[in-house]
Parts: sequence; C-alpha cells; structure tokens
Amino acid sequence: MAAEKILELKGVYKDFDGVSVVEDFNLYVKKGEFVTFLGPSGCGKTTTLRMIAGFEMPTKGEILLNGKDISSIPPHKRPINTVFQRYALFPHLDVYDNVAFGLKLKKINSGKVNKKGEPILRHLTKQEIDKKVNDALKKVDLEEFEYRDIDTLSGGQQQRVAIARAIVNEPEILLLDEPLGALDLKMRKDMQLELKEMHKKLGITFIYVTHDQEEALTLSDTIVVMNDGCIQQIGTPKDIYDEPVNAFVADFIGESNIYSGTIIDDNHVHFLYHKFECVDKFPKNEKVDVVVRPEDVEIMEKDEGILNAKIVSKIFKGVHYEYILMVGKMELMVQDTTSYDVDTEVGIYVKPFNIQIMNKEFKSNQYIGYLDKYNNLILDSGKLECDITQLLKGSHVDEEGYLVGPDGKIYDLTDADVKVEVGLGDIDIEDGEEGEIVGEIISMVYLGDHYRVIVRTEEEEDFVLDTIYTWNEEDRVSVHIAKEKIKLTLTKEIKEYEKA
Amino acid sequence: MVKKILARSYLSLILIIMYAPIALLIVYSFTESTNIGTWSGFSFDLYRQMFANEEIMEALLNTILIAIASSVVSTILGTLGAIGIFYSRRRMKRVLNGITQIPVLNAEIVTAISLTILFVTLGITFNFITLLIGHVVLTIPFVVLSVMPKLQQLDPNMYEAALDLGATPSIALRKVIIPEVLPGVLSGFLLCITLSLDDYIITAFTRNNSFSTLSTYVYGVTAKRGALPPSLRALTTLITILMFIFLLLTNFRKAKAVKN
Amino acid sequence: MKKLRFKRKHLSIPYLLFFIFFVILPLLLIVYYAFTDANGSFSFGNFVEFFGNRNKIRLLSVSAIIGALNTVLCILIGYPVAMILVNKKFVKSGIIVLLFIMPMWINFVLRTAATRDLLYAIGIEGGNYPYLTTMIGMVYNYLPFAILPLYSTMLKMDKNLIEASYDLGATKPQTFVKTILPMTKPGIISAAQMVFMPTMSSFVISDVMGERKIQLIGNSIQFNFDQMRWNEGSFIAFIMLSIIAILMFLTRNTTKVETVRGGVW
Repeated sequence: MAAEKILELKGVYKDFDGVSVVEDFNLYVKKGEFVTFLGPSGCGKTTTLRMIAGFEMPTKGEILLNGKDISSIPPHKRPINTVFQRYALFPHLDVYDNVAFGLKLKKINSGKVNKKGEPILRHLTKQEIDKKVNDALKKVDLEEFEYRDIDTLSGGQQQRVAIARAIVNEPEILLLDEPLGALDLKMRKDMQLELKEMHKKLGITFIYVTHDQEEALTLSDTIVVMNDGCIQQIGTPKDIYDEPVNAFVADFIGESNIYSGTIIDDNHVHFLYHKFECVDKFPKNEKVDVVVRPEDVEIMEKDEGILNAKIVSKIFKGVHYEYILMVGKMELMVQDTTSYDVDTEVGIYVKPFNIQIMNKEFKSNQYIGYLDKYNNLILDSGKLECDITQLLKGSHVDEEGYLVGPDGKIYDLTDADVKVEVGLGDIDIEDGEEGEIVGEIISMVYLGDHYRVIVRTEEEEDFVLDTIYTWNEEDRVSVHIAKEKIKLTLTKEIKEYEKA
Repeated sequence: MVKKILARSYLSLILIIMYAPIALLIVYSFTESTNIGTWSGFSFDLYRQMFANEEIMEALLNTILIAIASSVVSTILGTLGAIGIFYSRRRMKRVLNGITQIPVLNAEIVTAISLTILFVTLGITFNFITLLIGHVVLTIPFVVLSVMPKLQQLDPNMYEAALDLGATPSIALRKVIIPEVLPGVLSGFLLCITLSLDDYIITAFTRNNSFSTLSTYVYGVTAKRGALPPSLRALTTLITILMFIFLLLTNFRKAKAVKN
Repeated sequence: MKKLRFKRKHLSIPYLLFFIFFVILPLLLIVYYAFTDANGSFSFGNFVEFFGNRNKIRLLSVSAIIGALNTVLCILIGYPVAMILVNKKFVKSGIIVLLFIMPMWINFVLRTAATRDLLYAIGIEGGNYPYLTTMIGMVYNYLPFAILPLYSTMLKMDKNLIEASYDLGATKPQTFVKTILPMTKPGIISAAQMVFMPTMSSFVISDVMGERKIQLIGNSIQFNFDQMRWNEGSFIAFIMLSIIAILMFLTRNTTKVETVRGGVW
C-alpha cells in the first residue's frame, strides 16, 4: 500500500515574544498513521500540535495538508479536530449537545445550485445530526448518556464524550493533546487500548501528544521525540527504544544506564572501568556515551562475567526484581527475574549488541563573549574573571591593564570578541541568585556516578556541566567558573588590537 | 456548640442593629402619625398617600428607570470589556485592569464633579444621557470584577474547542464563552442595580434638575433638618417586601441548583 | 495584504474608549482646573490658598480622622461577621450574606434619614452629638462595603492551611495571627479602600446625621462647586486623588486586591 502523505511540516519555527519554542520542525505524517509527539513538558510538542490545529501560527515554515499550505487558515476551517487535555467540554450543554455542536454549525452541499451555478449549502437536518451523534456515542460506548449533564460524568466518560465530539465531524486528522493525563493509572491503561482499537476502526490519522513514554511506546506507529523545541529522533517505538540516537532519548525512553566511555578499537569500548565487546563502529579513542538497558544486563556467578559488582538494593516490581549494583563508584541498574540477596557479590555480562554507543552530544561549552576594559570576560551579561595572557604566548598584563607581548608590543583588548570554551567539569553551580550568571536547571541526566546538568540563563545561554551533587529541575542556581578554566581564543587576529 | 450560639448571636445582633432603622419605618408605616415615636392607631392611610403622591411616584419610577438602563449598559459594555481584558496581552491587561480600579477607588464626589466638569466643558446640557453615563461609570467596574473570576475559572481550551469544531470566533463567543460566564454577568448586573438604587452623589451632579430620583427627593426634604415625609415609610415597607421576595427566590434557585 | 482578523481582545475597545472619555479625561480636567485660576492661566494659587488656610487643613485632618476611625470600626465589626458567614458550621445558606447588602435597595439617603430618626427616638439628637451621630451613620452605611471584600477573600482561603497550622502545633491565637490574618490581608486592604476614601469624602451623611454641624472635605468640594468655584473645588478633588494614589502606591505589593470584590450573587 503506497501510503500518501496527509500532513507535512516543513521548517516550522515558533517564537513567543522572541523566545524560541519550536525550532526547524520537519515531519511528514502518512494517512492513517498513529504519530506521537513525545517529550518532557515545555519541549514544544503541544505548541506544534496547536499549530497543526490552527490555534497558533508558525513564525516561519509551512504546514501542508494534502499538499496545500494551511498555516494561515483559521482553525474553524480546517478538517482537523482536537481532543483537549482537560477535555474542554461545554458544561452548559448536555452530552448530546456537546457532540452535536460541530454538526449544527456544519454546512454541506445540498446538491442544488443557485442561478450563478454555485452550489447551495445547507445545514444538516435534525435526523442526520441525530444519526451521526448516536453513531459517535456508540463508538465510544456512551449510548445511554445522551441527556446527561457533563458534570455528572466520570473523568473517563468525559474523555469519551470529548473523543465522540471530535470524531463525529469526520476529521481527516484527529489531534489528541495528552488526553489521558487527567485519568488514574488503571483508567489510563484501559483507555490506551480503546484508543488503539478506535484508531484501527476509524482509519483516521491520529496525532497524539504525551510526556508518558510508556503510552507512546504502546500506542504509536511513529514516535517523534522532542526536547527543547527540537526533534531528537523520529522512528518506530522499537527503533527508538533499541537505538536511541543520544543520551536524552535513551534517558527519556525507558530505564537506562548511561555512562561516559572511550572507544578502544572497532569492537571494543571502555566504560565501567572495563573493556566491553561492542558492535557499533566509532573512531578510535573517541569519547562516547554508552547506554545499557537494565533488562539487558545479565547477572551470573561471581567472576564468571565481564566484571564483578555488589548488589546494594533490591526492589520487587511484580514481574522482576530491580537491583542497584555498585561497580567501584558507579551505579548500575539491573532488572532480573531471579532473586539475589543484597550485599551479594555477582558477575555481570552484557551482550555486544545490547551495548548502545552514541556520539557524545556535548564535549565542552562554547560561547562567544567579549572583554571589557578591566580584562573581564563578559558572557551572557555576566562578568567573569579570566586570564587574557593565554591569548598570546609569553605575554603579560601591564599596570594599565594592557596586554604586553614578548616582543614588547602593547595590545588593547577592550571590547575584543572572544570564543570561550569551558569543560563540563569546570563549571560549578551554587544555590541562589547571587552570582554574575544566574539560570535555571532545565535538565538533569544521571550518568552512573554523576549528573549531567544543563543550566539555562534568561538570555537562553546553556551551561552544561557534570556534578556529583543532586539538584532538581527548575532550581535557580548561579554559575561559577574558575579563572584558569576559561579557554579563550580571539575571533580576529591579535594584530588588529595592537595599540598605535 | 457554645461557639455556634455565640457566632449566630453576634450575626443576629449586627443584623438587628442594621435593620433597626428600616424596621422602625416599617412599623410606623401602619399608622397615620407624622411623628415617629407616637403611635396614633393602625392605618393603611400612608400607603394611600404614597400612591397619591405624584412626586414620590415619579421619583420612584425614575429611580427604577435609571437603575435598569444603566445596569443594562454597564453589563453589556462591562462583560465584553472583561472578555477583552482577559484575552489581552499582559501589558494591555495591566493597563485595563488598572483603569477599571479608578472609579472603584476614587471618591464618589470626585467622580461626580469630574463628570460635571466634562459635560459643562463640552457644552452638554444635563439630561438623561449624562445621568446614565454617570451611573455607568459608577457601576461598570463591578461588572468587570464579577465576570473576571468566571473567565479565570474557564477552561482555557473551551473557546478553542468551539473554533476547532467549526465555530467562527463570534459564534464561539455567543455559544460558549457568554453562557459560561453568565452567572458572573448576572451577579454583576444585580450589583449594578443595587449600586444604582443606592446612589445619591453621582445622581445629584449628573442629572438634569427637573429629573428627580428617590435619593435626590429624600435629600431635598431631609438634609435641611426636615423630617422624613411619612409616606416614605410606606415606600420603605414596599421595597423591603420586594427585597425579601427576591431573597427567597434566590434562595430557592440556589437550593434547586444544589439539589441537581 | 494582511486582513485585520477579529480577536477576542478587541472586545475591550468600547470599554477602553468609554473609560478614556468618561473616567480619564474628566480626571485630567480636574487636574487642569486645580492648577489654573479663574482666567484659565496656570497658577499655584489654589495650592497656596489651600495649604495656607488653617481651616482647610483642619477640615482635611478631621475628615481623615473620621475616615480612619470608620475604617477601623467597619473592619473590626465586619471581620468576625465575614468569618462567621464563610463558616459552613455556623451559616448554612449563602443567602445570609445578601442580607447585609440588600438594604442598599432602599436608597442610602433614606436609610440615613431613618437612622437619624431612630437615634432621635432613643434620645440621641444629631444637633447635640453631631460627631457621635455622624460616626454611627458612617458605620451603618459602610459596613457592607467592608464585609463584602473580607467575605470574598475568606471564601477563597484554603482551609487546609489553617488545619496545617494547628497540626504544626500553633495555638488558636497564633494561627490567627500567623495564618488567617496574612491570608486575609488582601481583603482587609480592599475593605479599607472601600471605606476610607468614601467616608472622608462623603457629605450626605454628615449633613443628615450631624445636622450640618460637621463639615467634611466632601462638603467643601460640593460647596465650592455649588458656588461655581471650580478651580478651588478641583484643587481639593486633586488632593483626594493624590491621597488615593499614595494609598494605592503603598498597597501595590498586595496582589490580587482587585479580585476580592463582587461575586456575592
């Protein structure tokens, strides 16, 4: 079956008051597909959905429905319907009138034409509306509820009304914005199955937004993982689970152990203090991120595996046990159905194809800043002390603050633009807002023995750092960098700054 | 239990003191005596006098007329205003919320003379419209303040849901937003009526002198140390009865709403 | 060409225009008249006249004292009333609160005259005790305006916080001072705003209750306007506006003051 593209987003950007929310979003959706936008809150998934629905206009880019750009068409003229997060049912109308709302507004071709030859439009008749509403209510198993008030329904029933209200209009695409978010766990599981069933039966294209990775894996044909306004990975649930492209995806989808590693040769990688056989090919000595899923770690007798580890905690999870093992100072999470006692020393083995190796996303922080007349580095409106003698070998700073070269030439570096590089381990953060550079923690990923934290300032500059301390997302912190840890390079030749 | 009795006694005491002057008028509305304090036998004569007094009847009618007219204008303008303010950008919202506070916080006499100055400066003779504007200025903030909380409670997606289902913005407004905030609109309307009925100062400064309302009529006869005309006692009784009928209806409506 | 599409925020345009014409423009005119003389030329004459006149200063002070006294009285009486009204254990029906506003349907001049007659009947004559009768009249009239904002604030108060306070070992007085009072602060401020300035500037109540033996700043404005002395009257009005502005500035950090009014029905 040659599936046609029903929807296509091309280079879509969205800014709110200059803050970028969605960046360079490219995606096509095939007819009848179940696509899920997955990501943490604030990643831009809902905004993207709202652009498809027509509630937001893209700042840049095109949204094509069946090949035609719809980005400037108002929502009420799009053949797309939405199921909202908290349903947005109309409380002053009963179930029947909620479902009939769209039908009563709809005009269809009456088959007749007026004098000019234009088709005459007419509203649906009462009988037609009746039939459609009843059909839709039947599809969501709410036949008996027609005349009930909305606030007498349970969350799950309201959810069904919201779905009926959307599908009764026979949209080409159904958008669902975290529709199960308000339901309890049991209800959510049931509704997931029902949604999947409904998608099969109706044959409508579904675009689904959620932050629940399990939901995404269960429901979707295609998952679009988003973070910070950008698509991280597009793929089938299996692709995304088995072959995450970066540490963010690996961490977000399922449980995972993520470590920093080094490639030894084509078939070996070093991490967890040991050499592991692997299948991914990377250049020798490359620093990489390594992902091992907890269920892919095999526990065996001591000294029989690649390495030994000590069990420090054990939790029964219903089907399997979840163990935390210590390998030296590093933690390793393992899921296994066999029971072992805490404090046991065990052997560990991981099959080569279960070791997922990814390019390190981030090796150092790079910024563009400039120097002020006191030879401080101005970065992101904050002031940092730095050592400018590194810009010229053998130089020193004279009493007036000018840089003096080994040949006695004097340079005035006031306002000079510089490239700044700071290693991940060279940034410290402190609680509170007292510091030159202040930001909020937007992400934190555990890497076996330390956390990788991203601090974002109000000016949208990110500081990525490694720390052994536990922080929380949304903590406000100040960023500190030691003078000698700041690597500077001038963007222009130093000659340009020579003092006449 | 003791606390409950204490609480209720305190409430009753305050209410009794508050209603005492009105009760006094009501009691003495059933006698002919011109002096409050001397009972000269039961009679409905004051009621006959009241209905026969053209001045009072006209003032009463005018009072009701201006209350209804100004409340309707305030309610429409204020409800639309509240919706507009709610969906404005942050800065505009702040400005609009700020100016809404002005008539509430401003001294009534200052509002009144400011309007007088405006009308005189513009060369407008005082008429029903100037009075209407005065009452709208007085009451409109309270419509906005009553409707706003309802808008804040509204599911932010409600309006979008209507658009999504094919409603144009104006249909979405009429069929979804307005019905949703209706309780707030009604509450605002009743507050308008109440404030308009109660007002004297704005009325005194923005009316045409030939147009008298109950407040200007009563002020006219009492401010100069004059006694209340006896037939006004009968009027007080009448308004009080209306008031209690209204309260009972509200109570009934609320009880019914709770039951459902 | 980009078509101007209807947006919901455009609904506030008529409202904004109404306010510009009938609220802001008139107030600007007051400022204009306050700083001009009878010939329309710029002048500080009214300023000098007012602040140089001991009687006027005394009038302003007396008005402010009566305003402040009435504010305190109304809040002291109204605070427990509001607390009882929101407590479901004491008052089951939300209708009772309406009993406090409904007398407004009987016009306030009429009510004030009735109060005067009642006091007269029990021997408190306005001519003999003008300050006492005026204060009584003020409390009578402004009590509902104090109760309403307090009531609305308390309705929204999270009762769990009070229980949490007890749970953490606070005594009743401690809970009141540390939890209830701070939570109802917006209501108290709103109540004060609704009582202080109107009391200060009222002239009807002092006229009727005090039998014209008491002059308040409101009487002075009214008198000046009756005598067609707009500039002098406007200057006094300007002072009132300044006081309001100062009070608003002082309470600016108390957020959400505006949301605590209305919504009784």
